[in-house]
Amino acid sequence: MPAFPKKWLLVIIALAVVIPLLKPVLPDLVSDYRLFLVSTMMIAAIAVLGLNLLTGFNGQISLGHSAFYAVGAYTAAILMDKLDVPYYATLPVAAVVCFIVGYLFGLPALKLEGHYLALATFALALAVPQILKYKWLEDLTGGVQGIVLSKPEPPFGIPLSEDQWLYYYIFVVMVILYWAANNMLNSRSGRAMMAIRDYHIAADTMGIDTSLYKTVTFGISAAYTGIAGALSASAIAFVAPDSFNFFLSIKFLIGLVVGGVGSLTGSIIGGIFYVLVDNSAQALSTFVKNDLGLPFDLSAYTVFGILLIVLMYLMPMGIVGGVYILIRRLQRAGRGAPAAASRPAEAGKGH
Amino acid sequence: MNTSRRGFLGGASTAAVLSASGVALAQKKYDDGASDTEIKIGHCCPYSGPASAYGVIGKLHQAFWKSVNEAGGINGRKVNFITLDDGYSPPKTVEVVRQLVEQEKVLLLYQTLGTPTNTAIHKYVNQKKIPHLYISTGASKWGDPKHFPWTMGFQPDYHTEGAIYAKHLLSTVKDAKIGVLMQNDDYGKDYWEGFKEGLGKEANRVVKHVTYEVTDPTVDSQVIQLKDSGATAFFNISTPKFAAQAIRKSADIGWKPTQYLNNVSASVAAVIKPAGYEASQGILTAAYLKDPTDKQWDNAPDMKTWRAWMDKNMAGANQADANYAFAYSVSSLMLETLKRCGDTLTRDNVMKQAAGYSKYVVPLALPGITINTSPTDYYPIQAVQLARFKGESWELFGDIMHAEST
Repeated sequence: MPAFPKKWLLVIIALAVVIPLLKPVLPDLVSDYRLFLVSTMMIAAIAVLGLNLLTGFNGQISLGHSAFYAVGAYTAAILMDKLDVPYYATLPVAAVVCFIVGYLFGLPALKLEGHYLALATFALALAVPQILKYKWLEDLTGGVQGIVLSKPEPPFGIPLSEDQWLYYYIFVVMVILYWAANNMLNSRSGRAMMAIRDYHIAADTMGIDTSLYKTVTFGISAAYTGIAGALSASAIAFVAPDSFNFFLSIKFLIGLVVGGVGSLTGSIIGGIFYVLVDNSAQALSTFVKNDLGLPFDLSAYTVFGILLIVLMYLMPMGIVGGVYILIRRLQRAGRGAPAAASRPAEAGKGH
Repeated sequence: MNTSRRGFLGGASTAAVLSASGVALAQKKYDDGASDTEIKIGHCCPYSGPASAYGVIGKLHQAFWKSVNEAGGINGRKVNFITLDDGYSPPKTVEVVRQLVEQEKVLLLYQTLGTPTNTAIHKYVNQKKIPHLYISTGASKWGDPKHFPWTMGFQPDYHTEGAIYAKHLLSTVKDAKIGVLMQNDDYGKDYWEGFKEGLGKEANRVVKHVTYEVTDPTVDSQVIQLKDSGATAFFNISTPKFAAQAIRKSADIGWKPTQYLNNVSASVAAVIKPAGYEASQGILTAAYLKDPTDKQWDNAPDMKTWRAWMDKNMAGANQADANYAFAYSVSSLMLETLKRCGDTLTRDNVMKQAAGYSKYVVPLALPGITINTSPTDYYPIQAVQLARFKGESWELFGDIMHAEST
């Protein structure tokens, strides 16, 4: 996948910085609620990026990332609740805790490949909400009642609303994390990670310490998702075991596949997709029933499922892959190449 | 200079006219979400996900407000009932409730369902000063007008109910050894805390306390453990499917303790019948609503009205599902509250009316159980009556117990 053009990247960042400040001018378009929605999208994008590092770039499948998300969220919540740690200071701690948990989990996972690894991580996703309820941990985690927190407030009397501040806070964290991930992937280590994904034995022969890379990647991936969890604890201002059920893992996976496996831009699109489509699926199902007057009582998840199937059929390589192929086709059509028909077959081959 | 002065004068006179017209319309006052033609109500519950069985409550509310609108609305205004799916996930609840409050600008929220989900929005709705009424959870923390003046529950709280069982148990079962089966979540915990509080110093009488997860297939092994502990009394804190399994299993293995069954699972059709009438004789529970599957209420006027309403508005729905009776009862109270608001549809007035009930009778409540609220009492129903299962229905006994007295 090609890198995103730098010029456009700067334009997007500039827009993302300026638009929330337009709130007094366009109160209906840039409302607190919309900023909050975008914040949730960015949190989801970070979590999907974490999963992408593991699955997309290192080829290890995980169904257990809701567990790391939960560990990150609870680490942040406990620090804020019990020790009065300021919200921004919880991020590095959550990252370190999740890295350690991910690394340790990565060790036995070395012996497992493909489906077996997926099952082991699945067990992790199921176990964590139960562990959070466990009576020995109850004093710390609040058990089934969860922990109620306060929302971050803008410091130094900056005249921003809570949601504007939250937006900038999460935006900055996201930009730093993406920058770090991009640097890592373009380095020697990143190439090693991808070499392991593409051909494990060849990577081994070339002298890459595959087990070290695999466990460390597991740790980094968990740390990213854990940071997303810690951000969500601040944004929602409440954590409870019910927030981190197995379905959350599936949502990350959906975001990953829909956005584009092995693509940084894809992770952002995946995060946006997962929040947006989840919300609009219900709106669409009520629209079909009430406004169009069709006799279908579709549940929101049915609509969600149909959308996914259609999308996967039209864009099997995710949205980023699909758009990329589309642009290439348009370019070729622009150049008027008549022999274009034989080309698409090649696109799937290249590693 | 001249222009700006004229502008000032014009502005001032416009303001004067506006304030004068404000006086003229003093009888009609509106906040966001209310107008001459419409009242916007927000609601969310799990239509999908692990707790989607509760979705029937939301379905009934939709049908209820549709029928209210068909009958002409409330004081000439139609109700615009907006209900969203939160999948019982607290972060999702925050998102949909913010959508309801900030985008849809509803006048009030009501019957939002679940303890963790409502906890997640508790602070938010009180900061925003949005009425958060008759919410669908039995946790004890919702009646706290001092700290959360915009949130009010509906049903008797689990904590109090648990305490009532404990008191009854101690006074009727000699040298009790108690076994407890509990669903391992916020609902189970609330009952258990109340029960322990009711036992007080006698809490060591609990010889065995076992739990299950809502995703478990059966509770057979838990019931066997309880029998082996030698318990002579059994407090069953479980949702309908598991309650039926526990009652049946204890009969199958010949364990005959004094059984207390939480009100959540008091449905004859969903629990007692599958468990078997024979196995269920003598079970004790505390009730506040009439069970639609209990034959003794077949001729009660409110039960007949409810059945006719169900036939007309929810044809095909399973009338044995106690959730429908519950939802109908709550919606009737919401309707009455909005009627009492008259033309002053402000958020303040909604709370004032909600906190101003005295001995009001809602449909399907047991005889003698009424709605009582005040600015310092945010628990609408606080009374229950004990009942013992006999033959094929619940037989009420003893006095109506008020939580204040326990």
